[in-house]
Amino acid sequence: MKIGTPKEVFEGENRVAMTPDSAKQLQKLGYDCAIESGAGAGAGFSDAAYEAAGVEVVKTAAGLWKEVDIVAKVRQPNATELKRLTKGKTLISFFNPAGNEEGMEAAKAKGANVIAMEMVPRISRAQKMDALSSMANIAGYRAVIEAGNNFGRFFTGQVTAAGKVPPAKVLVVGAGVAGLAAIGTSTSLGAITYAFDVRPEVAEQVESMGAEFVYLDFEEEQADGAATGGYASVQSDEFREAQLAKFRELAPEVDIVITTALIPNRAAPILWTKDMVEAMKPGSVIVDLAAERGGNVEGTVADEKVVTDNGVTIVGYTDFPSRMAAQSSSLYATNIRHMMSDLTPEKDGQVNHDMEDDVIRGATVTFEGEITFPPPPPKVQAIAAKPKEVVPELTPEEKRAAEVAAFKAQTKQQVTLLGVGGALLLLVGLVAPASFMQHFIVFVLACFVGFQVIWGVAHSLHTPLMAVTNAISSIIILGALMQIGSGSFLVILLAALSVFMAGINIFGGFLVTRRMLAMFQKS
Amino acid sequence: MDFGFTTAAYVVAAVLFILSLGGLSNQESAKRAVWYGIVGMALAVFATLIGPGAGLWWLSVPLIVAGGAIGYQLASKVEMTQMPELVAGMHALVGLAAVFVGFNAHFELANVLALKGAIVTLLPEVAGILTSPKGFVWPAELALVAETKALVEEYKSLDGFAALLAKKDAVEVGILRIEASLGIWIGAVTFTGSVIAYGKLSGRVTSAAEKLPGGHMLNAGAAAISVLCLIWYMNSASLLPLLILTIAALFIGYHLIMGIGGADMPVVVSMLNSYSGWAAAAIGFSLGNDLLIVVGALVGSSGAILSYIMCKAMNRSFVSVILGGFGGASGPAMEVEGEQIAIEADGVAAALEDADSVVIIPGYGMAVAQAQQNVAELTRRLRAKGKNVRFAIHPVAGRLPGHMNVLLAEAKVPYDIVLEMDEINDDFPDTDVAIVIGSNDIVNPAAQEDPNSPIAGMPVLECWKAKQVFVSKRGQGTGYSGIENPLFFKENTRMFYGDAKASLDKLLTMID
Repeated sequence: MKIGTPKEVFEGENRVAMTPDSAKQLQKLGYDCAIESGAGAGAGFSDAAYEAAGVEVVKTAAGLWKEVDIVAKVRQPNATELKRLTKGKTLISFFNPAGNEEGMEAAKAKGANVIAMEMVPRISRAQKMDALSSMANIAGYRAVIEAGNNFGRFFTGQVTAAGKVPPAKVLVVGAGVAGLAAIGTSTSLGAITYAFDVRPEVAEQVESMGAEFVYLDFEEEQADGAATGGYASVQSDEFREAQLAKFRELAPEVDIVITTALIPNRAAPILWTKDMVEAMKPGSVIVDLAAERGGNVEGTVADEKVVTDNGVTIVGYTDFPSRMAAQSSSLYATNIRHMMSDLTPEKDGQVNHDMEDDVIRGATVTFEGEITFPPPPPKVQAIAAKPKEVVPELTPEEKRAAEVAAFKAQTKQQVTLLGVGGALLLLVGLVAPASFMQHFIVFVLACFVGFQVIWGVAHSLHTPLMAVTNAISSIIILGALMQIGSGSFLVILLAALSVFMAGINIFGGFLVTRRMLAMFQKS
Repeated sequence: MDFGFTTAAYVVAAVLFILSLGGLSNQESAKRAVWYGIVGMALAVFATLIGPGAGLWWLSVPLIVAGGAIGYQLASKVEMTQMPELVAGMHALVGLAAVFVGFNAHFELANVLALKGAIVTLLPEVAGILTSPKGFVWPAELALVAETKALVEEYKSLDGFAALLAKKDAVEVGILRIEASLGIWIGAVTFTGSVIAYGKLSGRVTSAAEKLPGGHMLNAGAAAISVLCLIWYMNSASLLPLLILTIAALFIGYHLIMGIGGADMPVVVSMLNSYSGWAAAAIGFSLGNDLLIVVGALVGSSGAILSYIMCKAMNRSFVSVILGGFGGASGPAMEVEGEQIAIEADGVAAALEDADSVVIIPGYGMAVAQAQQNVAELTRRLRAKGKNVRFAIHPVAGRLPGHMNVLLAEAKVPYDIVLEMDEINDDFPDTDVAIVIGSNDIVNPAAQEDPNSPIAGMPVLECWKAKQVFVSKRGQGTGYSGIENPLFFKENTRMFYGDAKASLDKLLTMID
């Protein structure tokens, strides 16, 4: 089958869904590749580079759509593109199915199968095709770079001959993929970075990236992030108030704010209000990654950079991945390639659209003339461990009481054991003759010593322990040696055999123990 | 040299033996401890040889030397992977020796009692002759007196063990018979049990659990016969019941161990170890030898504790292990969903390159494939790259308590990176890569997740909490217990199929 990528028609979109590298991988899966002439130009891939990778270059978009069986592209297809779909064709693209009813109807009418890249379930196995994450990663990085571009100072603090430079303070709101990427970039540039997220469980991730997590003085039952597919959920009003109060406190201090807060299928929440923007120092920069959905900042204009009256720059671009088209194209193309390899388990160049597979089922929005959106919840749900159950702190009194109780129970157990054991011993003593009791006492004491000693033996030395106890259990040789002096022939024979066997055991057992112990070495 | 010296030597030997076992609490003191054991044994044998009752040096010393030579040969040649067989085989020797010594006790007792009986019957006659008023004696009567005198002389000249026997009264003789029969019985069970265990461990006998028709009823029957024979023997003092008792015990040993599967061998071997100790103690009672009693008790309790530890590690009761088979499941097992995803050596190598911390979980499969050297080499190379490589050892991994530790030590893996289950289980969430080599049930998450699983509640290594798990395994089969392992179906698990040694060889070519 043939897979092809047209030039993106959305204005300003530089990305491309197939790179020469990914084309080579796709060919290994058994596919022929085609590309529209000039499709890779915006991302820096020339037609010649594609040709060199064995990709057929097709002059027009119409020709390409006609020729191929699978279309891979980046942006949601427009009406013209949807018209070009025919029965049996597969389209892999961002599709925004939740807000694109007409698009799905159109694809359904045409009988085409559509895989929406944003619908790839967020489970470990599907991470390699999670284009949202790979694009968000780029957006996060680019957001810091854009901020630096508009910020008239260093990120890192320096003490130079020309004076001391304080480090920039960066606040990242929302520690999703984009937020974490922004944190990483910002800390590696040397800025003091703070991060906030409504999910306290990400504090650990934030701290691992080198930023400081901003905690709120607020307690609320949090919806488990794992249950909502790893996304933040809507917050209560009280929580929001506490959050805004904290931001108001931070606003005069920070130089750069990067907001990444998005809740799926909702308008972006306003987190950075007008008064906060006004409270910031002149020259400060705000980058609003949520601009496409209205923005987290009051005053954001989508796709534009505005400077407020008090000299604060608000960047509202929505095309960060496209601004790094070379990088984002290669990551997106790799996501597509992984999707294709899941669709082609036999590596024979034939699509096996397996609707039983969680990942493929989840991402498919139309299939064989049916709309299959929304998908059923994936079978494998957990992506994060359940929070540990908190063991309540015991008060000192409770602890003491527990200790006393444990001590009492232990004492009781020991006393019972001793009592029963002692009574049994006395009973034996009542009937048994004195000569037996002498030996019996030795026996009981030896058992006792044995139990005490053996508990101390290290687990790793259990095999040597067996070997050495085996060796010393040949102490039975003493019995044979005492009997071998007897007059009877039969007794001598049996005793001699015993001596012989025990002899094997003594030497063999001790030697093998020594061999083993000599092997245990410290590093 | 008299009896006092022997007793003193025994006391010293007993102390040395205790120190020898106590020294095994860590690797360094263990190296010294084994010498305590050797000196103790030498002292005990020497003291017995020069003590009362021992004779025939020309016979016993060469026999010890000859046995020693064979033992030396065996111990020098044995592969560390064959250690379980060797230990099991040696238990058989101790068991058999105990049986022989027990029989000897019976023969000696019979001889002494016969002597005693003869004197007791003759004495009144002789007294009658000597006190008869007729003034002269017939030559026949003279001969009788001379005979009696000789018997009495012989009785008086009895030494060592026989002298001890001669002094016993009727009750003590009864107790002695119980002790000797007990020694023989335990020894015989140990003997056949160890022989079968040896066969199973070395692959000469099928390692599957097999029972004769009748199952445990046969064992119970044999045990009942043993008790009846003991009562019969107590009353008749003849050899026949003792022989039947021995045969019954031999059968129990055979049948009991045949009915236990290969993976329960750690319990079996430590149980047999324990039995060989109790046999020695029982013989010690019948011979009146305190050192035998002390050492037998030490060995017996050691084996008992090991068995207990093993059973606890499998969350099963001792009885259920010994009687074979797993406890009944209380409901249908949880369905396992997903698929096993295979991976090739290059994928494993790449993951290892990226990993900072690696935990290796070896199992019996590693011993079977003789892969410990490759594992050690892999460890060395990864450690040379500054990665944190550790080993997680489950108490019942392998076929002998501590089996894996010995194999890794042989391959020169430093013991301080080889950790117990409790020490490492909490570290798995911070581990990048866990490699499972030839183990199955000990890493089965069903033990924690599925209350209906036959191994529910058994402590397991929680390797699935690591970021990635690689399982080196020959094929898709289940483990010894026949339970499906959900670990193999987890999202972060990759199956690295193939013989462990061959797989690691391939892996090593990709890691330098």
